[in-house]
Amino acid sequence: MNSDFHWLPASASSSAARFDALALTTLIMTGLVALILFVLVTWFCIRYRAGSSAGRQHPPSGNRTVEVIWIVAPLLLFFAVFGWAAYDYASLYRPNPDATPIYLVAKQWMWKAEHPNGRREVGELHVAAGQPVRMVMTSQDVIHSFFVPAFRVKQDVLPGRYTSIYFTPSKVGVYHLFCAEFCGTEHATMSGRIVVMPPAEFGRWLQQGPSVPGMAARGFALFRRFGCSGCHSAGSTVHAPDLRGLIGRRVHLQDGRELTADATYVRDSILLPHKDVVAGYAPIMPSFAGQIGEEDLLAIIEYIKESAHDERSTPRHTR
Amino acid sequence: MSTANASAIAERGEPEHAATFALWILLATELLLFGPLFLGYVYVRTHFPDAAAAASRHTDMLLGTVNTAILLTSSLCMAVAAERARAQRSTQWWLSATALLGLAFLVIKGIEYQHEFAEHLFPDRGFAPADAISLDRLHGMQLFFLLYFAMTALHALHLAVGCVFCLGLTVRGGRQHALAVELTGLYWHFVDVVWIFLYPLLYLLGRAGG
Amino acid sequence: MTSAVHRGTPASATEAIDLGYLGGKFSLWSWLGTHDHKRIAILYAIAITTFFFLGGVAAALIRIELATPQGDLVSAETYNKLFTAHGVIMVWLFLIPSIPSVLGNFLLPLMIGARDLAFPRLNLASWYVYVIGGAFTIWALIAGGVDTGWTFYTPFSTMFSNSNVVLALLGVLIVGFSSIMTGINFIVTTHTMRAPGLGWFRLPLFVWANYATSIILVLATPVLAMTLVLVGIERVFQVGLFDPALGGDPLLFQHLFWFYSHPAVYIMILPAMGVASEIIPCFARRRVFGYRFMAYAILGIGIIGFLVWGHHMFVSGQSVYAGMVFSLLSFMVAIPSAVKVFNWTATLYKGSITFSAPMLYALGFVGLFTIGGLTGLFLAALALDVHLSDTYFVVAHFHYIMVGGSVMAYFGALHFWWPKMTGRLYSEAWGRAAALIIFVGFNLTFFPQFLLGYEGMPRRYHSYPPEFQVLHLVSSCGAALLAVGYLLPLIYLGWSLFKGKPSGNNPWQATGLEWETSSPPPTHNFERPPVVTRPPYDYPEQGEPA
Repeated sequence: MNSDFHWLPASASSSAARFDALALTTLIMTGLVALILFVLVTWFCIRYRAGSSAGRQHPPSGNRTVEVIWIVAPLLLFFAVFGWAAYDYASLYRPNPDATPIYLVAKQWMWKAEHPNGRREVGELHVAAGQPVRMVMTSQDVIHSFFVPAFRVKQDVLPGRYTSIYFTPSKVGVYHLFCAEFCGTEHATMSGRIVVMPPAEFGRWLQQGPSVPGMAARGFALFRRFGCSGCHSAGSTVHAPDLRGLIGRRVHLQDGRELTADATYVRDSILLPHKDVVAGYAPIMPSFAGQIGEEDLLAIIEYIKESAHDERSTPRHTR
Repeated sequence: MSTANASAIAERGEPEHAATFALWILLATELLLFGPLFLGYVYVRTHFPDAAAAASRHTDMLLGTVNTAILLTSSLCMAVAAERARAQRSTQWWLSATALLGLAFLVIKGIEYQHEFAEHLFPDRGFAPADAISLDRLHGMQLFFLLYFAMTALHALHLAVGCVFCLGLTVRGGRQHALAVELTGLYWHFVDVVWIFLYPLLYLLGRAGG
Repeated sequence: MTSAVHRGTPASATEAIDLGYLGGKFSLWSWLGTHDHKRIAILYAIAITTFFFLGGVAAALIRIELATPQGDLVSAETYNKLFTAHGVIMVWLFLIPSIPSVLGNFLLPLMIGARDLAFPRLNLASWYVYVIGGAFTIWALIAGGVDTGWTFYTPFSTMFSNSNVVLALLGVLIVGFSSIMTGINFIVTTHTMRAPGLGWFRLPLFVWANYATSIILVLATPVLAMTLVLVGIERVFQVGLFDPALGGDPLLFQHLFWFYSHPAVYIMILPAMGVASEIIPCFARRRVFGYRFMAYAILGIGIIGFLVWGHHMFVSGQSVYAGMVFSLLSFMVAIPSAVKVFNWTATLYKGSITFSAPMLYALGFVGLFTIGGLTGLFLAALALDVHLSDTYFVVAHFHYIMVGGSVMAYFGALHFWWPKMTGRLYSEAWGRAAALIIFVGFNLTFFPQFLLGYEGMPRRYHSYPPEFQVLHLVSSCGAALLAVGYLLPLIYLGWSLFKGKPSGNNPWQATGLEWETSSPPPTHNFERPPVVTRPPYDYPEQGEPA
């Protein structure tokens, strides 16, 4: 990692250049305003200092036209900056089907990541240049924040739910990962490294490391170990919803509400099964709160996501 | 008010205006003091609708309704007292009645709290309602009771302060009595109006239609 | 013909002055039991100065620690307690009360031609509440400390921190009631006690500013009070409205907290703007440009300021659409502030400007507030805030406004009204020197922090990667200079109390009712209640014969 002093941070994501352009534009705009004001104030202070011979007849006590101009003009400039920034902001959260998910669990005071193929890391995150990434993140304890200055991205990581952000690393190198939300005594040392590798090298790296089943496979093992398949599989005698392809599906709940199943919904259903009971089913699912850790929950969710592509088992009839 | 202040305002001929104005501002601050609790209530009710209804069924409907009647009657007494004060007639009985009804409210509220403590409904670590069938039901009921206790306790605190003022006025009487009764009445009615919102939100939630 | 600043006609320094409200009874009880708004203002000034230096000590330790990348001066836990103490003290015990409770208290009745505030005993009570709450808070911060940051984010503050959270919350809660009392007093006073002829649009802008501040004080502070109570309840009873593990939502806390804390920053800046609007016309010897727009801008800032709190939560997990609404409104709230800066600038046009110490502070205020405000635009822009939030960019931004803005204005006000409050003149040479030292020291301290933030240096870090050291070192050196600048007035202002020349009624030849009575004013303010017939800032046109 480069410890030389730089005026600007490295620009290592596809959105960083655009970010810097917006920042520069805003800087020029605000800098011009500041400069004009500074020049005016200085000029007035010199020209109209006490004892100078400048003309002081009829100093204006107001001018409605001027006031309106310097209300409307900045407002228009502000709308422009707002619009550009809002558009770029929205793109950080726009779902990208090509993005590889990376699952991150933050805890006091470390980062734990898992790639879909099962490769895990602590304090480091390897990604491939040019490959879009979707971070799926949760915290085990307090609020943390995933901050990579070189990518110009930041997203708070919350306990009890999943937060996401999309980015595409663009430049090979090693960059800082900081926790940016105060989280306790060792907040300042909860840093990590983001390692951006060329795609081929990343592919090799992904295959290395201890041989573990992919995340979805691990999730499937957990799905069986905790007894989920006892109710939620094809041969079960218990009437339980079919979970294949659940993520993204529209779900009708018992109390008349409808929602789109996402990762948080699945997590809540495992930990608080009586919260959003599906219409037509009895609320008999037991809670697994305190039994399944955050990383295991993510693995189960990954399995359920992958099961959408599973065509081997015969479809169950759901009412 | 101090003599300097009184003479200053007297110069402008509007002694009542300043104090009444100040009280209205105070009532605005009180509204915003209750605000976060109402927001918390909205949160619990939208995130835990079943749990909130179940929790509400644990409140004592009888005592709550009796208390509502008591408070409304106390407001009536207060209004009569204010009317009589304006007409320069004696207000002592009416002010005492207001204060006594207020105290009765507090006593009954205390009895309700006692029952709720006995049923392990106080939202601390020992929270254990009989019908918490699941974890999220437990969480939801606990949060409902957090708000129940917070809102009713804050209300009771304000009511107690009102009782003290009523009793004080009963004892004091004297100059500027009409203004003091008017201001106390304004405060008392505000406390009453807050209860009129709390009662249905807390007591009637799970009870419509059985 | 242009006139130099006329500093009154005192005889000699040894001539005794009529002590006005400072004279008469001087026992401890005559001060601690006073109903006189001027004496209460002095009581506030003593307490506020004490808290300012306590908060400053915390800042000094922080900057010394940050001069090197390693966390080697204090432990991580102590560092966290230091920045928490600095924030809590400076925001609640210093900035929020400073201008309103010292200068507002002293000047409001004088500026409107009244004998006192509407409720003098409430005023005294507000001081006691403030001091008790302040002492309680300091005790919590020092005896054990609090390590949550002044923002008390949950669930860390409710379920994880092992520090004096509840005590600190209690202290802040008590101090909050002092704010509400002051606010009610000011609002009622402004409405009901103006001198005959003093309509709303003849009021000095300082009065407008304190009026709007008071409205924010009374409406926003109760929300903070209840939010802190809820945090305390969670911590004590382990129930979880703000804790997801117990069914709650940490964002609920953030919404409630920032609903107060954003208007709070307008509580801190509006009075400072009022001060600038008094000083600049005086030392430019002309009327404020665009008085009505200035007054409406004050109200606009107060109102829109209640609608932007979500801009503290752009990366919190708040919905993208909510973020857009808050971002747009945040850009809009910058407009009335910009109008004020433009109008102050225009007030210099065709003026006759002298550079007294108060004027240096006021001009410094305008410049530094402008930079702070413009950098706020970066943070209002959603995409930019994603990178900049929770970095030193934000720290620099708010210090430019709160320190470069509010504190500069507070010092400027102290100097401007010092003769009125004490009857003495301070040394102008020292005053100007201190103003310049503060200005330079301030920029050295905080400008590098914008760069640090853009570089990615996060906030609330006890130690940091070595590549950030150069900028941190510059900042810490600046802080040392700034500290010198802040200590100087303590010396020369204090000295002037004993050895300063008598100032006379109106050493600055300023307009405003407060200058028409003696310095210091008598207890009852005016010998005869004034009647107002002229507009505000009625400085004679310079082109005309004097």
